Amino acid sequence: MADSGVSGGADKKDNIEREKIEGKELTKEEKQRLRKEKKQQKKGKEKKDASLPQVSVAETAAPASQLKAERRARQEAERTSKQSKKGDTGQPATTSKPKIPPNELQPVVKRLPEHIQVDDPDVLKKLAKKLERQQTTENSEIQKIPRRLDYGYKVSLFSHLLQYSRKAPLTQQLSIPSAVIHPAIVRLGLQYSQGIVAGSNARSIALLHAFKQVISDYTTPSNEELSRDLVNKLKPYISFLNQCRPLSASMGNAIKYIKKEISNIPSQFKEDDAKKKLLNCIECFIEEKIVLAAKAIAKSSIEKINDGDVILVYGCSSLVNHILCEAFEKGRKFRVIVVDSRPRLEGREALRRLVQKGISCTYVLISAVSYILPEVSKVFLGAHALLANGYVMSRVGTSQIALVAKAFNVPVLVCCETYKFCERVQTDSFVSNELDDPDDLIVTRKGETQLKDWQQVPRLGLLNLVYDVTPPDFVDLVITDLGMIPCTSVPVVLRVKNVDLL
Amino acid sequence: MELQAVLMAAGGGSRMTDLTYNTPKPMLPVGNKPLMWYPLNLLERVGFEEVIVITTREVHKMMSTDPKTKLDIKMKLDVVCIQEDGDMGTADALRHIHQKVKTDILVVSCDLITDVALHEVVDLFRAHNATVAMLMSKAHEFTETVNVPQRDFVGVDQSGKRLLFMANEADLEDGLIVRRSIIRKHPRMHIKTGLVDAHLYCLKKAVVDFLAENKSISSIRGELVPFLVRKQFSKMTSGQKRMDDTETVDQKNDGLTNDDLFFPSRDEALLQLAQERSCWNDHRGDMSEAYHGGKLRCYVHIMDQGLCYRVNTLSAYIEANRMAPKFIEEPAVHPSAVISERFQMGSDSMIGAGCHVADKTSIKRSTIGISTTVKEKVKVTNSIIMHGVTIEEGCNIQGSVICSNAVIGRGADLKYCLVGNGQRIEPEGDTYSNTKKSILLEVSVTFGLV
Repeated sequence: MADSGVSGGADKKDNIEREKIEGKELTKEEKQRLRKEKKQQKKGKEKKDASLPQVSVAETAAPASQLKAERRARQEAERTSKQSKKGDTGQPATTSKPKIPPNELQPVVKRLPEHIQVDDPDVLKKLAKKLERQQTTENSEIQKIPRRLDYGYKVSLFSHLLQYSRKAPLTQQLSIPSAVIHPAIVRLGLQYSQGIVAGSNARSIALLHAFKQVISDYTTPSNEELSRDLVNKLKPYISFLNQCRPLSASMGNAIKYIKKEISNIPSQFKEDDAKKKLLNCIECFIEEKIVLAAKAIAKSSIEKINDGDVILVYGCSSLVNHILCEAFEKGRKFRVIVVDSRPRLEGREALRRLVQKGISCTYVLISAVSYILPEVSKVFLGAHALLANGYVMSRVGTSQIALVAKAFNVPVLVCCETYKFCERVQTDSFVSNELDDPDDLIVTRKGETQLKDWQQVPRLGLLNLVYDVTPPDFVDLVITDLGMIPCTSVPVVLRVKNVDLL
Repeated sequence: MELQAVLMAAGGGSRMTDLTYNTPKPMLPVGNKPLMWYPLNLLERVGFEEVIVITTREVHKMMSTDPKTKLDIKMKLDVVCIQEDGDMGTADALRHIHQKVKTDILVVSCDLITDVALHEVVDLFRAHNATVAMLMSKAHEFTETVNVPQRDFVGVDQSGKRLLFMANEADLEDGLIVRRSIIRKHPRMHIKTGLVDAHLYCLKKAVVDFLAENKSISSIRGELVPFLVRKQFSKMTSGQKRMDDTETVDQKNDGLTNDDLFFPSRDEALLQLAQERSCWNDHRGDMSEAYHGGKLRCYVHIMDQGLCYRVNTLSAYIEANRMAPKFIEEPAVHPSAVISERFQMGSDSMIGAGCHVADKTSIKRSTIGISTTVKEKVKVTNSIIMHGVTIEEGCNIQGSVICSNAVIGRGADLKYCLVGNGQRIEPEGDTYSNTKKSILLEVSVTFGLV
């Protein structure tokens, strides 16, 4: 479908021709738009041919698909024309009303992050240039951060996201004694991309640990100030980590905190003192925001767990596991139902940890959740991030669990530390998500792998989503280290936090 | 700095004495380049800038003076000379350079010719924080020499990456004994015997420090690696206990505990915290955490495809010469060679610099060394001719190895011979009549079919 932009443009012109003949006059704006679109398409044709090698759809003569193709082409053309006009984008993917003049559709001019505009070749070029600019100069040799290449066919709804293969690590393109990037960061990137460090809290702690090593190994070059140079040093490392695996909201907040701390170092500090202070700050951050927060949340949640409860958990959330273990130690009598889903099957790890403690558990797959829910008295969910409009971003499948629980009138409690609160706003799981390696979905049973050659099958795409968003209507309570708040109070917390930081 | 490279080039070539009695093994020409060029090239391509080369004085002299063996490597070579008496094992050599080692090291042997993607081995070392990561390769046909008395048994886990067991047949008197602790932790183990050990190891700095303390270990492959593999599963490997006991508990194994080897990285507590919170485990089915809580981990990368040769026997040397053109980007015929017309050359032959090749010669599947003279009507097939050789008219050389500075008289007919350094073959000589100066090669398997 992706290549239909080229041919669709031609069809669209025919459509307008038809309209002209049918007596509808084109407004001045539409004529301008048409001219711009023609230019864009000419440019887009060359780029699209270069950047979209996967041309898998044969042109069918069926009129229905042609109309769909035209509509999609018009949307894409409108998007590119808007970008070319201002350099910023309006809303993504406008609805399919081709005759709305562009001027009416721009209430808020917002910049979309680049990682969700992967299907736009201009943005890809900009990203490549940005990575080049972030080169680190080592021994007068300029080496740039390599870019990881997209893998496989992407389902069209998610073609704006990046999809990498685990078998093509970024270290292939780096030199082996990595001089450009600190070895601790290379190790961390590898652990992220292979899934050895997974889970929002684990990733943040590992990131801060690596940053501690970077800071201790850092020496200020002459004529530079630590506060400015160290931040510049960290930028290519962060892009490297982003290439290995897109950063999580918690990691983003941690990075913001560190950058702020570094820039706030007064210039009269000696290097050793500055480094000591920074290492201290990092340790404080971890201690306060992660470890103590977990303790506080456990304390609040224990009040919510009564004897005889049947608690449902989904996947492996370090915080929820911690809460349940603490409650069990405090002597509460309850049992747990662990719900799991493919392809990650993280529930097995949660099951192992709970059973090791002595908690009696049941294990089901997510397809059985409506069967098991009548037994459940509460649902505890972990969160990857809490968005500013009250939506909960968590592992894919969480929104389903929340939905079914709502249908059965079972209370849903989300546990989340405040450092995972994020200022983003999202109402659906399409706009911003993460695509994992599609080969993870391939399963070999009894020596047979059905999906072995999935790339050769036309019109077949494997989609391995990582996150989804749950609306606040399905969440009854959010337990944070600031207390138990309703979902809609998240913007208040964010506002208060920002005031604190300032 | 992340890794330091160490090249072991002091080996004697004990299994190919015919070739090495005059030329030291690292300097044997393979594809007209000295043998040690290949691992150095591999390191250079991957991005190393400095290599510590452990070698003998003779090789060092040859490296710097002899123009025929000039190495055009751009890396900085830090040459450490050791005595040639042959008593020094590879681990002893590491102990010798202990002062120079500042970080984790990558040890390569000089006789390794491979095109492996080195990041595969190093990624295992990095990602799992392994103590040792090594490279092995599935053996190709020629190395499966029949009745090798000393097979190596290598046990790997389900994923094929974690090294669980390594022993040589010579050390196993009663049979293969697998400890219960291993089976309990890894119920499914694959034991392989047909693997070629590439002698490429990534070792943690703590291991080098450990070697400096324990002088009883003298060979990396023979003693150190099996020791580390065994140590993975000995008792007292859990993190909590590490802090408490300072006395050695595992007295059976010459009084060394994991405490010596386990060098706590900076902020061990933080790493532990991250590992606890991560929902990843390398195995499933039992109650233990990732890596079973063990701090010592050995990993191996087994290559299925690609070339990996260890040139330590004559047949390996011949095969490597055949494969050499794939590694070298230079043209097969060196520009400075003087070649007349009416000369037939096969596509997989190589002619070195400064050669003189006369009319009506035919060279197929062979390597001709530097400054060699080949006169008219000579037929060279499937052979390796080293440097400075003179081949008079009308010779017919098949499947042979002619060492440096030899002279082959007119009309000689050599089949499957090895002519030593500086020898003379009389004119009209036949292989059989010259048995004193040449050695019949019985490895007809390796030459393949034309």
